[in-house]
Formats: sequence, C-alpha cells, structure tokens
Amino acid sequence: MTALHDDAPDVAPVLGLDGLSVDFRLGGEWVPAVKGVSFGVRPGEILAVVGESGSGKSVSTMAVLGLLPPNTRRSGGIRLAERDLLRATVAEMLAVRGREVAMIFQEPMTALNPVYTVGEQIVEAIRCHQRVTKAAARKRAVELLTLVNMPEPEVRADSYPHQLSGGQRQRAMIAMAISGDPKVLIADEPTTALDVTVQAEILDLLRDLRHRLGSAIVVITHDMGVVADLADRVVVMREGEVVEEADVHTLFASPRHDYTRRLLDAVPHLGRTRTGAGRRPERAAARDSPADPGGGAADRDTTLVLDDVVLEYPGRLGRRGYRAVHGVSLDIERGEILGLVGESGSGKSTIGRAVVGLLRPVSGSIGVCGLGGRLNRAQRLRLSRTVAMVFQDPASSLNPRASIGDSIAEPFRLHRVLSGAPLTTRVGELLESVELPASWRDRYPHELSGGQRQRVGIARAIALEPELLIADEPTSALDVSVQARVLDLFLDLQQRLGFSALFISHDLAVVETLADRIAVLRDGRLVELGKREQVLHAPKEDYTRDLIAAAPVPDPVEQRRRRTARAGTDEV
Amino acid sequence: MATAVPPAAPPESRRAPAWRRALRNPRISIAGGLLLVAALAAALAPVITPFDYRDQVALPLTGSGLLGTDDFGRDVLSRLVMGMRTSLVVAAAAVVIAAVLGVLAGLVAGYLGGWTAVAVTRGADILLSFPAVVLAIAAVAILGPELRNVVIVIGVLYVPRFARIVYVQVLTVRSAEYVDAARVMGAGPMRIMLRTVLPNIAAPIIVQTSLSLSFAVQVEAGLSFLGLGAQPPLPSLGTMVAAGRDFLEVQPSLLIHPAVVIIAIVLALNVLGDGLRDLLDPRRAAR
Repeated sequence: MTALHDDAPDVAPVLGLDGLSVDFRLGGEWVPAVKGVSFGVRPGEILAVVGESGSGKSVSTMAVLGLLPPNTRRSGGIRLAERDLLRATVAEMLAVRGREVAMIFQEPMTALNPVYTVGEQIVEAIRCHQRVTKAAARKRAVELLTLVNMPEPEVRADSYPHQLSGGQRQRAMIAMAISGDPKVLIADEPTTALDVTVQAEILDLLRDLRHRLGSAIVVITHDMGVVADLADRVVVMREGEVVEEADVHTLFASPRHDYTRRLLDAVPHLGRTRTGAGRRPERAAARDSPADPGGGAADRDTTLVLDDVVLEYPGRLGRRGYRAVHGVSLDIERGEILGLVGESGSGKSTIGRAVVGLLRPVSGSIGVCGLGGRLNRAQRLRLSRTVAMVFQDPASSLNPRASIGDSIAEPFRLHRVLSGAPLTTRVGELLESVELPASWRDRYPHELSGGQRQRVGIARAIALEPELLIADEPTSALDVSVQARVLDLFLDLQQRLGFSALFISHDLAVVETLADRIAVLRDGRLVELGKREQVLHAPKEDYTRDLIAAAPVPDPVEQRRRRTARAGTDEV
Repeated sequence: MATAVPPAAPPESRRAPAWRRALRNPRISIAGGLLLVAALAAALAPVITPFDYRDQVALPLTGSGLLGTDDFGRDVLSRLVMGMRTSLVVAAAAVVIAAVLGVLAGLVAGYLGGWTAVAVTRGADILLSFPAVVLAIAAVAILGPELRNVVIVIGVLYVPRFARIVYVQVLTVRSAEYVDAARVMGAGPMRIMLRTVLPNIAAPIIVQTSLSLSFAVQVEAGLSFLGLGAQPPLPSLGTMVAAGRDFLEVQPSLLIHPAVVIIAIVLALNVLGDGLRDLLDPRRAAR
C-alpha cells in the first residue's frame, strides 16, 4: 500500500491556493479570517488541513467552492488546474462544483435531504452534470453505492437517510460526491460525527478511493489521529495562517513549529500516558493501589452502586419504550474515577442520566451514598446535593438568560445554603478555582468561549462539593488544546476535593488520562470492567480490542502498522 | 463544528442592552412613542379632558371646542380621549387574562407533556377553529352586554394563541441541557418552568402580547359598535363610530375621528410587534 505520492514534486498540483485571504464583515469592519494562505494538492494525494476552531481551515477550503456567506470577501488566488476560481463566474462555478471539486460534509444527517431516498439524491447529482436517462443514472447510483462498500446497495438506494446508520449515510454522501468523478474531493471533518469503529471504515474507504479514482483529497480535521491515519501531507493552520506544512511522517516525528508541537502534545495518545505530561502518571500510580477492582468492595466506602440496572426511554402515549440499558452492575469507590466508554447508542449517557435521577430504572437499583430506591422530596434534595453533573455541550448546559454568576449561584439558592454577600464571595472563589476571573460573574454564556463555558459548568457542578460527579463527555465539544487544559483542571479539582467521578466518554485516550478503572459498554450491556491498565493493555474481550484498535493514534507509523494488521484479518 | 465560522468576536465587544437597541430601531421608537402618548392620555383622561364626557357643553353638532360637539352637545375631544381610555383598558385587561392563562397552560402542557399536553393543545385547537369575532359576539350576547363580559370573552378567546406559542417554545427549550442541569441541581418543576424556561421564551410572548393587544382593540371596537360593549353614556371608540354613522352626511368628522384613532392604535401595535420580533429574534441577536 505504498502511495504514488511519495515525493513527486514534478507533478503539478491540481488545486492550489495562492496567498488566499478571506475577510468577514462584522459590525461594520473587515475581520480577517484567513491571511494569505498558500498550499496545493496533487492528483492522488491526500492533504490534511489541521487546526483548532477559528484557525480558518474550513473557511479557506469553503472559499475554493465559493460557498462562503455573503458578508465575506476573498483575495489572492485559487487555481484549479489552469483556471483561477476567484475570477470564475457564477455559471462557471456551477460547473466546477460537484464535477471538478466535490465536497463531503461533517454531518451526513443534515447534509442529506431527509425527504428523498439516497438513490434519488445520487441520481439527482449525476443528472446535474451528465445528460443521462433516469434509468442509466439509477444504475450508476447503485454502482457508486457498491463502490463505497454500502451493504446491499440495490436495497439501500431506496432507503431514506433516517433509515441508514451514521456510517452508511456518510458512505451515501461520499457516493454522491464522487458521482461526477471530481478531480478534487474536499472532506470537511468527514468522521467527526461517527463512532471510532465506523470512522476507521470510512477512513479506509477514503484511502481506497484515492487509489481507485486518482482524485486529490483535501481532509479538513481537528483530529491528529485521523491525520496520522490518512494523510500524505499536512498543513497546520492557526488563526488564519499556515504555520507548518510537511510530509506526514516528518510532521509527527519532528514538528518544526512550536504550535505544532504543542498541538501534538495536547492530543491524548492512547497507550502513551507514561511519557506524556508530568503529573498524570503520578496521580494515577498513587491511585492504582487503593482501588482494588473486583475485590469484595461492598463495604460502606462505595459512592455509587449500580445493581443490574435496566433503563428505558418511555415511548409516546401507550407505545413501548426503548430499552437503552440491559442490566448493568458496577460500583465506584470513594475518590475513584471510573471511565465509562462506549460508542453512540451504547447507553453510557443514559446511565449517567439515571444516576443523577433524570431517569428512573425499570428494574435493578441505583444507590448513591446510601440513597436509593424511591425517594421522598427531602431525599431527592439530598441526592441533588450529593451528585452533580457536568454536561457535554457547554453551549447549551448554561441558561443563556442567566449570567454565569447566577448559574453558579443557583445550587446555593436552591438548597438555601448561602445568600447575599457571602454567596457573591463564594461564587467568585468558585470562578477562580476554575481559573476564571471572579469579575466575570456578570458575563453571559454567549460572551465566553467553549472552554470557558465548560469551566463555568464545572464550577457549578462542584459548588456544593458533591460526593459524586457525573461528567458526560465534558470535553468532546472542545478543541484539543482546550480539552487538555480542562482535563488537567478536572484532575486537579478531583485531587483537591476528593470527589468520586463517573467519567463518560467515547474517547479511550481521554479516559486513559484520568480514569482509575474503565468500564466498556456496548448496546446497553457491560462488556468489560477492570483496572485501566488491564482494560487498555490486556483487554479480555474482543470488542474492547476492536475499540482500542479502531481509535486512531497520532502516529503515522503506528497507524500504518495497524492498518496492515487489520487488512490481514478484515478483507475477506 | 468546522463550518465557515468567522473568528469569535472579542469578549469585550458586549452587545448593547436591549432597550438601547430598541430605541435605535425606528419602528419600535416611533410606534412605541405613539402608544406611550396614547396610554398616558388614557391614564390621565379625567384630568386632562377639557370637559366631563357626560356634560352638554354647547349646542349639538356645532364647531365649538377643538373637535366640535356630538349629537347631545357633548365635547367630542373629551369623549374621544375617554373612549380611547375605555378601549385601551378593556384591551389591556383582556390581554393580561389571555397572557397569564395562556402562558401557564402552555408552560404546564409543554413541560409536563402527556395528557396535559393533549388536553391543552386540543382545547386550543377547538377554540381556534371558531372565528374569534363571531364567537365573541355570541358569547357577549349570551352573557349580557357589559364591559366586564367583553374583557372576559376576549381574554378567554386569546388564551389559545398564547398557549400554543408557549407550548411549542417550551418543547424546544425543555430538551436543552440547562433544563436538565437545573433538574440535577434539585430544582422542582415550578421553579424550572418559571425561572429557567420562562425567561428563555420571553421574546415570542412579548411579541404576541403586542399583536394580541391590537386584535383586542379591534374586537372591542367591533363589539361596542354593535352595542354589545360599552353602554352609554360611557364612550368607547366603537360606540363613537356607531354614533357617528348616523350623522355621516351632516358631520362626517364624528365618525372619522374615532376611526382614525382606532386605525392609529392598531397600526402602531402591529408595527411595534414587528419591530420587537426583529429585535428579539435570536437569529438576529446572535450577531
């Protein structure tokens, strides 16, 4: 599987950005989003454009297709083969889109039209650019679906988007994108919305298509694992500028720019915690000994006990509910962090919601510090002081109409713990404990960045010093460098306050940085539960092994090795 | 998400407060100013009117006074201001009833769901399926032509409009994580509905209030015109139009003046509602 790209500078790039700048008109002035960016991609090459949010990676590639909002202006040059796309007319752009440059979007559920079958949508895409009969286009659509390894392509062509799984939808998107035999394929975070095992399949597909179609592929991503797995060359962007451009091996082995190095350091790297940032291993090592998994720890020192818990989402009026969790038992000891890992639909968030009392178990029992079963009003209040929750999306877990100070003060007011001046002081202290200035208490959530909002969410959760903290994917909406800092803060607070935590995540590497024990969940059932080292390095179950193997690591050599290993077993 | 998102505005560029942006909006400032004047005049009517609205001050249908006199020789200007007062008070009281009941019904239905939601939405549908004015005429005719009944009837008729808007809004807000967050913190349903959900759906309620006021003024005028509302000698804009109709050829101004006031108030309320909707639209506010 050696690529044809290897150092072939003699091949002219099919798509080239030449000093491209994009400005946004905001509040009467031009704000630069992309500042003189140049890079090119050659036929058959996969170029990854990497950066955190606000780096301009999406804007610069959307500019290629002329798909920017009206309050923007572009300057510089965009060359496609011999043409300058910046000076192309609207009609010319229509011919370019789909036929020469095609796009794969992040969220296939919203990028596909829900009222047409995927077959109809691919037929539509084909007939946009080629004069063929409906029947011929339909035949071609099925061929394309076969090409992207859609199971049962004939049948699936007649499915509506909502009838397909996330991975199948993304395959349909890709089939549509390649329907016009584009010279360049732009994929904007093509796997971000997908589970790791599905992500691995889609990445394989993209790599395969490059060989079969000879298209140039530009992948926009924030995920260094995806870069390592897929790219031949990498462009690192930050604040609208290219900070580094290098061959993928060179970039990971010896990053030249400081920012690249920091970015790579911030990525949690599965299986490499020991050599990572300083204090995590110490803490973990100190934690390992008291937490004795599997031991008969049914004594008083458990914070959370789940015993054969079955959870269901109620159906609409009279209809049967949906069973999300089938009999899960686990416990968390005082001061322990349990990582709960699973793919979407595994029921991991549902368990979190049940523990905080948002959902009542159908059978089995949940006990938090001795509180369990049916609770009266006073017990429910006590439970809400004992357990707190940090939510996934910091943009929506804070009331937009309340200042962040009010949000943090809410638990105190609810439980009538503090009021007046002492409350104001306490809110200030809490803000400072999550490394935000106390003077920010009058700000509103929309005035804060994602990472800052999540800090507020954490401050609110620890306000009443709970015994147990449920963290439901608290960093999945954040950039890696922000994620690293928030995780550090979380660990820091955990050590200081000593709460137990149920840390829910789809990302094994994140869980590895902080969990003492790891529980692996699949389709609502517990697959494996054990000490961190055991689960990650000597997994007992096949599914855990698959999960670990599918998670891309930010190391191209390692990824290549894994891929060949996978190819040996998978391709039957 | 990695779509074309412009770099976030620096945090110090905080948005101007809502009232300041409202003043800068010409539709809100002009329509709002006009309505403020009308409301002030109505509130101070007994004090500022030159004559008592019941007294005969000159010969009937003469030009004495600013706007002349009516068929009983009463001062038209004084009656116009008092009539506006009647209309506005009736409309405002009716909308307050509609808003309070409607918001409560919508909140409860939206937040609790289940059979409450079915009952409220179906009830609203039933009430909305009758033409409002026809129903109002029938109801007032049955209850008796009294202003209090007009207030109750208009109020009840407009409950579904509020209930439906609030219900739909609550459905979208209810699933937000900050509502879950409040529940996890131990907040009860009452507190969540009033303290967490209500402020987040205030914008459409405000807009609906403004538009409902305009409908209420029209309905009240219609009922009074038919003699089902304000009873003589108390003037309302509707009764004044009705009285003016008899003298259309002799003195058209008797009909024109109250009609112009009705049109001005209704127009101002609609323009204000549109302006508020634009101002409070979250998609615009996000910029």
